[in-house]
Amino acid sequence: MSFVKTLIHGTNFDHKSLNALQKVTLRAVVMAFLFYGLVALEGMIMRMVSVGPQARRIIPEEFFHPDHFFSIMTVHPIVGIFGSTYQLVFAAFMFLVPYLTKKPLYSVKLANFVWLMITIGTILAWISAFVWQYAPLYTLYWPLPADTTQFSTIGGIVFIIGIAFIMIGTFGFIYNVYATIFARVGVHKNKTTKELLISGFGIDGLLNLINKLKGKEPYTKEPALALPVVAIFRGTVDTFLDAVVILGAGILVLVYLLADLGGVQLDVTAIDALLYKNFFWWGLDLVADGLVLIYVAGSWYLLATLITGQKLFMENVARAALMLELLVSWMVWSHHLLGDQGQPEMMKLISGEMVTAFELLTQGLALFITLVTLWKARPLKMTMELKYLLGGLAGFGLAVPAAIIQADMGMNRVLHNTQWIIGAHVHIALIVGLYMTLYSAVYVLWPLVTNNTKLYSYKLSNTHFWMHLIGGIGMGAFMGMAGLDGMLRRHLYVNGEFNFDMLMAAGFGTMLLIAWAIFLFNIIMSVGLKGLVGIFLPAKDKTASYGLDPEDM
Amino acid sequence: MTFTNSLELLSFHWVAYTIYSALILSIIAWFGYNLTREKAKSVVRIPFYWYMAFLVAGGVGHHIFTYNTIPWVSQDISRHDLSNDATYKFTIQKHKWTLPAEKIVVQCGQTINFDVVSKDLIYGFGLFRQDGSMAMQMQVNPGSANDILWTFHHNAVFDLDSTEYAGPAMYDRHTGENLMKVKNFLEVVGCEKGAK
Repeated sequence: MSFVKTLIHGTNFDHKSLNALQKVTLRAVVMAFLFYGLVALEGMIMRMVSVGPQARRIIPEEFFHPDHFFSIMTVHPIVGIFGSTYQLVFAAFMFLVPYLTKKPLYSVKLANFVWLMITIGTILAWISAFVWQYAPLYTLYWPLPADTTQFSTIGGIVFIIGIAFIMIGTFGFIYNVYATIFARVGVHKNKTTKELLISGFGIDGLLNLINKLKGKEPYTKEPALALPVVAIFRGTVDTFLDAVVILGAGILVLVYLLADLGGVQLDVTAIDALLYKNFFWWGLDLVADGLVLIYVAGSWYLLATLITGQKLFMENVARAALMLELLVSWMVWSHHLLGDQGQPEMMKLISGEMVTAFELLTQGLALFITLVTLWKARPLKMTMELKYLLGGLAGFGLAVPAAIIQADMGMNRVLHNTQWIIGAHVHIALIVGLYMTLYSAVYVLWPLVTNNTKLYSYKLSNTHFWMHLIGGIGMGAFMGMAGLDGMLRRHLYVNGEFNFDMLMAAGFGTMLLIAWAIFLFNIIMSVGLKGLVGIFLPAKDKTASYGLDPEDM
Repeated sequence: MTFTNSLELLSFHWVAYTIYSALILSIIAWFGYNLTREKAKSVVRIPFYWYMAFLVAGGVGHHIFTYNTIPWVSQDISRHDLSNDATYKFTIQKHKWTLPAEKIVVQCGQTINFDVVSKDLIYGFGLFRQDGSMAMQMQVNPGSANDILWTFHHNAVFDLDSTEYAGPAMYDRHTGENLMKVKNFLEVVGCEKGAK
């Protein structure tokens, strides 16, 4: 087939053969990867600015202006975390929950509403930065987002509305997932809500362990919910709490901005900055230490069982550990406030250091269980999904200890707010750990979601894998080294102060950008431009499940 | 073993974390290679409970290690009960510092109390060496106490800077120059170690 013909028609993809569930999944996936490209571009712009004067020959002067630079820095995580990661994770889970529970999704309309709300919300937040240069950063430290002497009130309102759209979309996802899990149809026709709740919280796993220690029969041999669904169930609790906090903070900012628009100056000191910081970090940290770690653990378990075709090693321990992880995730936010002298020392010590250190245990356990499950099934073929899974494990193997190291009162004094935090920890966790896990899921789900569409090129997939892995680790490493040299993370450096580290980070960042372009090209060549458009056309087949006999529903 | 300043600590950290990174990447690579081999055998058997004990020891031991080797940890926790050689008060408002003096000179080994008040936004307080490396920092929240005790053991000249973003007004809107940076603000003299 000629190049042009493949570009238009793809390999053997037929969008008309897709049902409603497959289409809504693919719509969100497409948006997620488009936002990923945008976020990679934003990252490269900021990196180029940090390279220093030489970069002025390559990128426009405006990027060096603080208003412009920090407006990019503000939307960079919004587009990356919500526009891309949330969309991708939500899409995968809204497909997987019906697939794994063998029930239809509660509502495809609601799933469409979710990706639309998150997409529109992300675009609104981006517009507020692009047009009005609203730049309080994602941390929204009080009272900066309400500082109308520095920022446009209208820009702030548009930004907050955008965030509110994203959170409303998130609530839609949560409702859809729980409504599907608790629906008493198909295999769950005779299950009670109590049984599903016990399984969802992993209590059955814990009871099985206790009974085993007592030498009794297991509480249940066939838990009501599969382990990955348990992880989705648990992680979604944190997703809910996190959305409530972010939406709450947004409403607070909105009240001040609307008052300003009406000519009334509300007193910003009415809100205690440190208390607000505690509240906001409690919620925001649930994204990182709650839903990401729990969702990721669940994804590893799912991928390991699908890749090996075998049962998960120590499944009951894994079920019980997910419960522990949920509790831990609610009590670790103080590690973000170790540099705040007004924060009580006991909170720093217990929440910031000791409970946070538990994450080494919970994530280490997930790593162990996944690796042993894979090991017991050897020899395995080194498929794309296995490669990406190993990449994801390596990413968290690097990023989680980096987090534990910095969540220490001694280290934090010289690492807080430096590029170490955002590079060696956050970017490696997200780009290498999370995204490689998600790419593994993409390759596992690809035949299911596209009705066995042939991938255009495995060579391109391989090239993407290596460039993403090396680019991600390299960029994070050099950002981290810049942090150790004293480079701050929320700072503008226009004179190339950390030139070498930033040049190296830019080089590896370019690899990431090229890797994304290769991946996108491979996918477009597989589904074709016609197929890509077709994904967004209404599905003729309204089925909201996959692989189910209609009689079972 | 005691780290007397951030340079020593960060150098140690750099080496330790680089070794760890190389190790974990090698293990995953070795693991991946052996997954595909028919006759691959375990080189070492890691019992589950030993592995968990190792993680617990790592998580807790790290804090015990830093508490005993980094002097500013215990000093920070008990700072309100400790005496100091001098207290310097700072105020920040509208992205501008009100400094206790144009320049501060500190004798080697002196313990200084830095007390910073913000009148509007959240800022940071950080001291940086001439090579850009950070000596220490803290957050500066409006409405809260922002005080820190610091003992200097090495000669150096430090720049003062805000380590927290407080809006683009911290910078010159056209050149991007950092308006909150105070060059050569603090000098430590009289030590045997450090820049002369």
